[in-house]
Amino acid sequence: MALLEVNDVHTYYGNIHALKGISLTVEEGEVVCLIGGNGAGKTTTLRTICGLLRPRQGSVLFRGHDIIDFPPHTLISKGIAMVPEGRGVFAKLTVTENLELGAYYRQDKEGIKKDMENVFSLFPRLRERQKQLAGTMSGGEQQMLAMGRALMAQPRLLLLDEPSMGLAPVLVEAIFDIIQTINKDGVTILLVEQNAHMALQVGHRGYVLQTGEIVLSDTAKALQQNATVQKAYLGIE
Amino acid sequence: MKNIDWRYVLRLGLIAGVVVAYVSAIGVLVTFNSRSIVAGVLTLGQLILYIAPLWAGYLVGKKVLADGGSYLESLLSGLGVGVLSMVPVLGLIILPHALLPNLRRIFVNISPDLITLLTFQQESLLSGSLLLVGLMTALGLVGSATHLIPTQVRRPLAIALLWVVLVGMFSELLIQILRPLNRTLVTTFFQGNALKSNIALALFAITAALNWIVTSQRETVKTQIKQLPSDYQKGLYIASLVLVFILFMLLPRVVGSFLSEVLVNVGLYILMGLGLNIAIGLAGLLDLGYVTNFAIGAYIMGVLTSTSSLGRGQLSFWVVIPICIVSAMITGFLLALPVLRMRGDYLAITTLGFGEIIRLLALSDWLRPLIGGAQGIVFIPKPAIFDFVFGTSSQLYYIVFFGCLLVLFVSVRLNNSRTGRQWMALREDEDAAKAMGIDTIQTKLLAFTLSAASGGLAGAIFASKLGTIFPNSFDLLVSINVLALIIVGGMGSIPGIMVGALVLIGLPELLREFAEYRLLAYGVLLIVMMLARPEGLIPSEIRQRELHDEEVISTVENPSA
Ligand SMILES: Nc1ncnc2c1ncn2[C@@H]1O[C@H](COP(=O)(O)OP(=O)(O)OP(=O)(O)O)[C@@H](O)[C@H]1O
Ligand SMILES: [Mg+2]
Repeated sequence: MALLEVNDVHTYYGNIHALKGISLTVEEGEVVCLIGGNGAGKTTTLRTICGLLRPRQGSVLFRGHDIIDFPPHTLISKGIAMVPEGRGVFAKLTVTENLELGAYYRQDKEGIKKDMENVFSLFPRLRERQKQLAGTMSGGEQQMLAMGRALMAQPRLLLLDEPSMGLAPVLVEAIFDIIQTINKDGVTILLVEQNAHMALQVGHRGYVLQTGEIVLSDTAKALQQNATVQKAYLGIE
Repeated sequence: MKNIDWRYVLRLGLIAGVVVAYVSAIGVLVTFNSRSIVAGVLTLGQLILYIAPLWAGYLVGKKVLADGGSYLESLLSGLGVGVLSMVPVLGLIILPHALLPNLRRIFVNISPDLITLLTFQQESLLSGSLLLVGLMTALGLVGSATHLIPTQVRRPLAIALLWVVLVGMFSELLIQILRPLNRTLVTTFFQGNALKSNIALALFAITAALNWIVTSQRETVKTQIKQLPSDYQKGLYIASLVLVFILFMLLPRVVGSFLSEVLVNVGLYILMGLGLNIAIGLAGLLDLGYVTNFAIGAYIMGVLTSTSSLGRGQLSFWVVIPICIVSAMITGFLLALPVLRMRGDYLAITTLGFGEIIRLLALSDWLRPLIGGAQGIVFIPKPAIFDFVFGTSSQLYYIVFFGCLLVLFVSVRLNNSRTGRQWMALREDEDAAKAMGIDTIQTKLLAFTLSAASGGLAGAIFASKLGTIFPNSFDLLVSINVLALIIVGGMGSIPGIMVGALVLIGLPELLREFAEYRLLAYGVLLIVMMLARPEGLIPSEIRQRELHDEEVISTVENPSA
């Protein structure tokens, strides 16, 4: 049984048919990338998975249970955490307060403390900035905070929406390194990226999305060799 | 010279001038002149006249120094605003008055009294005007000269001045309090209804010295306390709480019935402020219909306890209080349901509507058989325990006081709880809050429901305090007042609410004779607050961060400070 199974999902914004029958699976322990151009429907797919949008048709199974009818706030305790596009940190709260809110649904004080320590060792930058307002941090730091906050929920599945957006090349590499570390620690990851080059290097498998439909799916290696992908997303002629 | 921004000087000087001319022309000066602060030296009217050039001088002085100017340049700019601040009042009031005596038909407030006030009882208008110009220029200069004094000295002096003004302004009340205790005390300290000038000087010196000692010793005392064993610290903390409690318990005996009445009103608004703070300050839900809860509490108290023909049950105050609270909470919950999906402005407008609906319902003929329509409900008995009736304000004070303590306790606990964090997240970003696993619907409902509770309590106490209630006591102004006191005090800050209630509800009661200017003062206060200190008088830590982000990044102090 796959950890996440999306079957023939159709999502609309009013009359706009944004997802036209998406199906994908994510196995436990994998890093799966979802690549595609602007407006392809990547964000929409993630928002549908975590219950912020309700599909008109299709099913989303998490560990075998259909989660479409679950309101979004209940999914985090089931093990799904999302780092939204544009990060969505609480700008007026401090780093520590943001992290605490990430562990909001949990009751185990000791465990929360330990995880906070883990997040700080994963992102030493955050430790230095504990008291700083999230909104005053740099884009890269905010991305780290958003990821750290999601990890505080002890997710089984982490949904990442364009973690490299707007970051300097050095930081992009650092972020992808951390994604790999997180995955090695046992968190399954569904990674949405425009930076297909990096995504396919850390991912095990990948899906290519185009105007609301999945046009290709394969292992990351194979996608890197694929002529269409090379041309459209890797900038290789 | 090159460091003086003359346009800024011109602007501030003229603003100060317009303020002076305006308060003269609308009669504020003359009316407020009747309240003397220091006998023979200073009246409230004069104080208002002096503040504008003083403040303008302070500001330009600060700006010039911040721009890298010398002290001389700063003084010069202060001189400039001082002179400028007199131009409008001379041009608009004194000269026309001399040339066109008929002007009074139009501007009724430009009276001979005003002119005498502005020209310091001088025989000739010319010498009077010169005196005025001279004095205002000097005040502008003094304002800018304050920067010559080091901050450690300037602060105590300013605070001491404030004390003298406050004590002088409320001399009449103090006299009333002191007279029964000791008559000679009154005659040594006060003359008429003002401080004696030598006493004022002494008070100034003493408060300045005290303030200086307190601020200079505060840190060392703090560290000393921190070094004490934690048991001692705890004991000290509890002891100070007990002390404050005892002070508050003794307060109505000390201050007499008039001030007790004021305190009761302030207390009722603190109750409402603490309640509304849950919705606005903590959860970020802009509720402009808070009067609804107040009205529900009052009417339920009225109907269930009144001995008139409208009364049903004639239950005891103590039985009805919980009913009022619960009913307000139920109403809060029900009214929250339709607005759950609204944010910001839409929520504000809709709740504003709810507030009006309640008042109109109370006025309506439809509900008249139940709650009396425009005639309201009369014969609502005062609270009583066995034979003891809380008849006077000094007695009702205790009910309000304990009500406030209760709500205060609940507020503090909520603020530091899991629920408090839910609200904080909701206020910051609703979508992100959802992603953290926060049920935003439930969180909002909880905020509205809890917020309503103390409004119901305040309404209930209000009804039995007055003994009669009319629909018109429950108009929009109540909601606005509560909102304003939260804003002035500091959104989300519990001490701020108390200060806000004291300033916005207490002060106007104490300045009753100036009632016609009450709304004006209110407006001025709000505007000044929003410009100068948008986070409120005693801001909560988080709000302060929100409004002063930039200053966190660049912690460069201005050179004068
Ligand atoms: N709230 C909305 N209302 C209407 N249409 C929307 C809304 N959000 C997205 N869409 C549309 O749905 C389609 C898919 O958008 P989506 O945000 O999923 O794209 P994306 O693949 O994440 O793109 P990007 O890489 O630019 O973030 C787009 O055509 C977009 O215009
Ligand atoms: Mg997107």
